[in-house]
Amino acid sequence: MEKIHPIIKAKVIATKQSIRLSEKAIAKTTEAHNFLTDFADFFIFLAKTLKETFSREFEFKEFLRQSYQIGYKSLPLITVTGFIMGLVLTIQARPSLVHFGAGSLLPGMVAVSLIREMGPVITALICAGKIGSGMGAELGSMKVTEQIDAMEVSSVNPIRFLVVTRVLAATLMIPLLILYADTLGIFGSWIGANIKGEVSFILFRSQAFSHLEFIDFLPAFIKSFFFGAVIGLVGCYKGYTAGRGTESVGIAANSAVVLSSLLVIIVDLVAVQITDLL
Amino acid sequence: MNPPTGINTPQVKIKSTEQVIEIINLRKGFGTQEVLKDITLKLLDGENLAVLGKSGSGKSVLIKCIVRLFNSDSGKINVFGEDINGLDTEGLGEMRKKVGFLFQSGALYDSMTVRENLEFPLLRIKRNLSKKETLEKVEEVLENVGLSDSIDKMPSQLSGGMRKRISLARTIVVDPMIILYDEPTTGLDPATSDEISLLINDVQKKYKASSIIITHDIECARATANRVIMLHDGAVYKEGKLSEFENSSDTLIRSFFK
Repeated sequence: MEKIHPIIKAKVIATKQSIRLSEKAIAKTTEAHNFLTDFADFFIFLAKTLKETFSREFEFKEFLRQSYQIGYKSLPLITVTGFIMGLVLTIQARPSLVHFGAGSLLPGMVAVSLIREMGPVITALICAGKIGSGMGAELGSMKVTEQIDAMEVSSVNPIRFLVVTRVLAATLMIPLLILYADTLGIFGSWIGANIKGEVSFILFRSQAFSHLEFIDFLPAFIKSFFFGAVIGLVGCYKGYTAGRGTESVGIAANSAVVLSSLLVIIVDLVAVQITDLL
Repeated sequence: MNPPTGINTPQVKIKSTEQVIEIINLRKGFGTQEVLKDITLKLLDGENLAVLGKSGSGKSVLIKCIVRLFNSDSGKINVFGEDINGLDTEGLGEMRKKVGFLFQSGALYDSMTVRENLEFPLLRIKRNLSKKETLEKVEEVLENVGLSDSIDKMPSQLSGGMRKRISLARTIVVDPMIILYDEPTTGLDPATSDEISLLINDVQKKYKASSIIITHDIECARATANRVIMLHDGAVYKEGKLSEFENSSDTLIRSFFK
């Protein structure tokens, strides 16, 4: 058998390595290109949505329908979540507080943590799952079945009808759901406090609110509007830009939940930093 | 070959030689794949033009370019003498009000009843209609497609043929001057396909609209077309009267008309 010269062998290996590296580089470049394209597309979508939000023709009936879907239809889930949130927080915190002789601070601690952080973030994450995925799947399936195209050829602006109404409804309804969850959380906390003790609701409530100031409530309330906007926008964007196959409906719903949950956490981080500076 | 009779005879006579749609050297591709290659055709006022071709020959892309659901890469599309590629959002909206589009899937809005599906474009295009007039118009078109009793049904309660009829009703409810049919009989049994073909002719007679019918169903083309264009591999393969196609000895054309 003919022996390959070591220099030729080295050249072959080097060529193979460089081909492999080039392929990896191309794959990474394509990934980066796709990411940047997606990023740019999102901002174009956002700009279109903002433009249509301030257009003269507002689809008020559809906005009310979406508010009902997002707000009222989420009530059972938020009721259970809010109540359990307060209950569990109380049951978990009580032994430590009692150990340090600070059992009387329990209502105040629960109220502050619920209203400042846990209520808004957990409710927003639950909404990202329920509302974000719903929007992604609904608009995605409308895209696949050409319903969005049908709207467009009927001279109806689908962004105005489908997106603006949903984003505005989410922006307004999610803060209300968060307030509702906070209230039920405090009620759940009172139930939790009564499992191993006895305290009247009036006393519990007055102790809880004595530790709260307006500045605890305001930033949390403001950021909840941003949570709503982010969930609505991402859900609509993922559904609206879904591919043409049925598989893309699932992908749209899934990526809507993942991205909106991530953005809720990032918005929360930014909001906390800003609140800290004030 | 004898001329077709009964269901296979187009009922509509062409009114004039005025062009309502003129497509010149249209090209459209997706990525590296060129779907439409230099298409030139015209639609005359009042005529039914059937566009035949195998799946993937670019038929649906062609009519989606006409309403600018897809933007063409090059070439001109004139609708009523106006180049649609030069239209702004408002101009495009005005143009689309004159053009009805029947989607292959029907594309009925799932969350709305039949009545709401029909009212949806009507209320947005004909804004000066009163509630009573709107309802009358909806009832009139439903009667024209033979589905008056389905007014309060949801799309999920309708059969494939009924969905197509309702979709056609939604297309004609705004009195379009041009109707683009994307595979109107696909997925339907022969009897329902014949009903849809008859309905296309009825609509043609009643609403005096010009139509492009994208199909690979020869029976539908026989029943509705005044003129036929065959697309192959993204280009116009042959254009002419249906009889010319039926008498052709070309292998590709014969494969359709056997």
